[in-house]
Amino acid sequence: MTMTATVGHARADPHHIGVVIEHPGPAPKRIVTAYGFWIFLLSDIVMFSCFFAAYAVLVGQTAGGPKGAEIFEQRNVAIETVCLLLSSFTCGMASIAADVRSRFWFYLGMSVTCVLGLIFLAIEFREFADLVARGYGPSRSAFLTAFFSLVGCHGLHVSAGVLWLLTMMAQVFAKGFRADVLRRMMCFALFWHALDIIWVGVFSVVYLLGGAP
Amino acid sequence: MLGKLDWSAIPFDQPIPLVAGAMVLVAILGVLAWVVVKGHLPYLWHEWITSVDHKRIGVMYILLASVMLLRGGSDAIMMRIQQAVAYQSQGYLPPEHYNQIFSAHGTIMIFFVAMPFVIGLMNLVVPLQLGVRDVAFPTLNSVGFWLTATGALLVNISLVVGEFARTGWLAFPPLSELSYSPGVGVDYYAWSLQISGVGTLVAGINLVTTVLKLRTKGMNYLRMPMFCWTTLASNLLIVAAFPILTATLAMLLLDRYLGFHFFTNEAGGNVMMFMNLIWAWGHPEVYILVLPAFGIFSEVVSTFSGKALFGYRSMVLATMAICVISFMVWLHHFFTMGAGPDVNAIFGIASMIIAVPTGVKIYNWLFTMYGGRIRLATPMLWAVGFMVTFIIGGLTGVLVAVPPADFMLHNSMFLVAHFHNVIIGGVLFGAFAGFEYWFPKAFGFRLDERWGKAAFWFTFTGFYVTFMPLYIAGMLGMTRRMQHYDVAAWRPWMIIAAVGMAVLTIGVICQIMQLVVSIRNREALRDRTGDPWDGRSLEWATSSPPPVFNFAFNPDVRGEDAYWEMKAHARQQSFAHEEPEYQDIEMPRNSPTGFVCAFFATIMGFALIWHIWWMVILGGIGAFATFVVFAWRDHDEYVIPAEEVARIDRVNLEERRSLVSMAGAV
Amino acid sequence: MNLLDPQGPVAAANSTILVDSVFIMLVIVVPTIFAILAFAFWFRASNPKARYRPEFVYSGRVEMVVWAIPALTVILLGGVAWIGSHQLDPAAPVPGTGSPVRIQAVSLDWKWLFIYPDQRIATVNTLTVPAGAELNFQLTSSSVMNTFFIPQLGSMIYTMNGMVTKLNLRADNEGKLQGLSAHFSGDGFPDMMFDVNVISPLAFPDWVASTAKTDAVLNADSYKKLMQQGIERGRPTYRLEDPRLFDLIATQHIPPGPGPELASEAGRSHSGGHDAR
Repeated sequence: MTMTATVGHARADPHHIGVVIEHPGPAPKRIVTAYGFWIFLLSDIVMFSCFFAAYAVLVGQTAGGPKGAEIFEQRNVAIETVCLLLSSFTCGMASIAADVRSRFWFYLGMSVTCVLGLIFLAIEFREFADLVARGYGPSRSAFLTAFFSLVGCHGLHVSAGVLWLLTMMAQVFAKGFRADVLRRMMCFALFWHALDIIWVGVFSVVYLLGGAP
Repeated sequence: MLGKLDWSAIPFDQPIPLVAGAMVLVAILGVLAWVVVKGHLPYLWHEWITSVDHKRIGVMYILLASVMLLRGGSDAIMMRIQQAVAYQSQGYLPPEHYNQIFSAHGTIMIFFVAMPFVIGLMNLVVPLQLGVRDVAFPTLNSVGFWLTATGALLVNISLVVGEFARTGWLAFPPLSELSYSPGVGVDYYAWSLQISGVGTLVAGINLVTTVLKLRTKGMNYLRMPMFCWTTLASNLLIVAAFPILTATLAMLLLDRYLGFHFFTNEAGGNVMMFMNLIWAWGHPEVYILVLPAFGIFSEVVSTFSGKALFGYRSMVLATMAICVISFMVWLHHFFTMGAGPDVNAIFGIASMIIAVPTGVKIYNWLFTMYGGRIRLATPMLWAVGFMVTFIIGGLTGVLVAVPPADFMLHNSMFLVAHFHNVIIGGVLFGAFAGFEYWFPKAFGFRLDERWGKAAFWFTFTGFYVTFMPLYIAGMLGMTRRMQHYDVAAWRPWMIIAAVGMAVLTIGVICQIMQLVVSIRNREALRDRTGDPWDGRSLEWATSSPPPVFNFAFNPDVRGEDAYWEMKAHARQQSFAHEEPEYQDIEMPRNSPTGFVCAFFATIMGFALIWHIWWMVILGGIGAFATFVVFAWRDHDEYVIPAEEVARIDRVNLEERRSLVSMAGAV
Repeated sequence: MNLLDPQGPVAAANSTILVDSVFIMLVIVVPTIFAILAFAFWFRASNPKARYRPEFVYSGRVEMVVWAIPALTVILLGGVAWIGSHQLDPAAPVPGTGSPVRIQAVSLDWKWLFIYPDQRIATVNTLTVPAGAELNFQLTSSSVMNTFFIPQLGSMIYTMNGMVTKLNLRADNEGKLQGLSAHFSGDGFPDMMFDVNVISPLAFPDWVASTAKTDAVLNADSYKKLMQQGIERGRPTYRLEDPRLFDLIATQHIPPGPGPELASEAGRSHSGGHDAR
């Protein structure tokens, strides 16, 4: 039906004072997708904040087990941090490459991101395996429980990110830079950067604050 | 091979769940057989199961909620009978069974009745009210629904395979830890909530994005119908609160599966952390449920009073105030942990402050009725019944927010009566009002008024007869979750409550009868105008049921109560204008992604509960593959040609013109 | 167990606040309910006498009033809550006659253990106290959470393993009261009712003396037997061997209660958590 035509000027909104800027209508798909994904990321950050809170509550509960300062290795963590920060840069390069439709630079950027992510995961896995081998697994104390879950939750996100990254590369290979592929790429980039931000939190709260003897 | 699963999981010695389970199974198989034999399966698959149409998904959400309402209601009946007979005896339900029933009742009623009901209504109505063609993420919407259904399915599987949690609906540790609950009950509870929680989060993200980013031209924030505002507030709460639930349950599961120590007694775990986390989700949760109900009542009261909503801006402010404050009151759920007077007093007062915007809402509805021309149709009856009932629930709510009073009433039957008072009187009445109000929009015919009114009166009376005695029992010191008791003074009230439950049951039967009678008389009840209630917002501007694209043209909104304005102008101008130029419309294609994904989620959830690890991996790979297949498809939209749009719209327009000219003549 | 029939100062104050709050709210709730019904009736479409005023959709004055009424009520009640929370803090002293009685309560699966460290006795599922004296409770749990509550004496409080909560009460009149657990704790939960005997302060030493004569001794070993899951129908009493028993429980030197016997040990070995314990 012809609603655009039916209304001349409707009853003036009784509360309005002055000029009202009319809402222009539904936003384009690109905006909607990114916006929705942003909201998802916010909710993900809420979830992380629970694990941060749990860590803050339980950090002193070592139950006779080791304290943070006794088990953290700053050198490894520094390498991890550098890897992740660099990967954010390369991920950004891949996004730009996707925007200018350059397959070569896209694949290169994504591959480097992937390798850096895998190095990060490998170091983290080794750290975990080493701790468990020394008898400092997550069931040793509430502190270790909180530590393993917070860091592990981030690690799981990075793993999921790597899986997504590979899927993304396969999709560009198979489908090219289609509009929906580009939207997904944008979401992936947001996700990867958000993981970086969370890592900065993990790094500061867990390793920097906890590393002090 | 099958983890912990063996024949002992099926309770052959307990006739009640076994018979109930068998009956449900027979019913499901019967319906399936009927569908297959009648050849409806392709229709069901193409038009419903794989549908990404927000209206269809909304209807399926409500259907799920209605079915689960019957399940949760049966639990309630069993509990009321048990407490009526279990005076100085064990009653007919042993503790291990009774404890499952009240845990399942709470879990089901909140997560699988109230949540899907309000999410269903929001899904159905909000895009129509905003004047757009669909929600922001249609396929994700379908995924969200099917994951919610997965959760509901797992809860029901626990009826016959294994057991459900025996810990209450929030599974407080350490009781819910492996040492005190070694069975699979808590695992069923936690995994079904994890899976349906993902679904809810998806729905929340979807609706927030829809309201904020998909509004028709001219639909400024302060022109949105009240229901859209409450939807926005409620879904913001979902997005902010459900991750807390996910994290909390994840911690509990880590404790149970991998020997972590978040909430255990041993190794420094902290029980109070669970309390804080779960209520940091749990209190916003009640506002997630009740805010949409407030929105429904705003629409209903305004429509049936023939007036715009009184104090619209004040209502918007009140809604958003509730949205924010609801995150700052969680501690009132455990005043009795001994946190100290300052903490208790601050949280007590914060909780009372929520009563201010809520009270404002009541008064604004009151003044909407003032000077109105009130039609007491069924939805309006529910609304008036709600206002009266909810005030009483509000009173007792503020009462338990006073810490010294809560020291007497915490965890008592008084508290049980209070939250049923606000959840039945608020959320359920709201859901029923919305059901009656929007049913014609969804299906194109009205519901029978006589059965509807009967349903209202029985439910309304039944509610009071059931729950007022529980207030009194609480004042007599009775605590909740008693499988049996020896105190003579409690008994009469338990018997009255059981009688009330019978009346409530009649109310539910009337509701079912209403549906049956209305479907049978659907031709007589047909709504040809698309606007059976003389509505005010845009959902009434299209036909009933709306075409798949909702609106041939996205309407241009120039003020509050958009459709009311259009009707007023149309009367003056008597639709004297030329036929518009129709254009092709692109709509999202149907997709089985949601259903297939939920299928794998069910497998995975079941396997996790029973520790069948190979099946977990299988389910995980299946779910991932489903998404990849979805991402790989080449055509995600289809086109409805302009001629088809024109054909559908002309019919609709014709009906409407005759309506307006008739109204103009009167 | 009527909350409105208090038998001690804490319960009396609790229920006074409860009743006062209800009345404060009724002052606005009753007229509001009345107005809802009256408006719904008077402005019905079939009433020709009612004036239809579709333009009455905003009024600054009405808005002011409708925000003010609930706000003022809440300010008033907020004051009640603030003062009440401080005066009736469970840990606040409740002065009484004679010397205070120290009682250490432990919630077990599914019974209550009351330890009298100064009298060196302990009772199960029955609490005997002298009328008029201040009762200093320290509470903890052997396993899961419970809530200690004697309705007619007021103020309930949680019991949690590894933690100690404090509660002070006083019973004013001699007689028999009942207490219960107000937090669901498992299958035996409804049987966690306990008797409260309020006896005269003169009779209390006699009761202590006669209880101390019992042969049964409460020490770490007999406590561990007692904390096994089960319902206690009798009312056993004990001599207390070590007055620090409660501290040993509260500080987890005696490990938490074991929970149910496992039906299938084989089933659990699949869970990774097994090695943790």
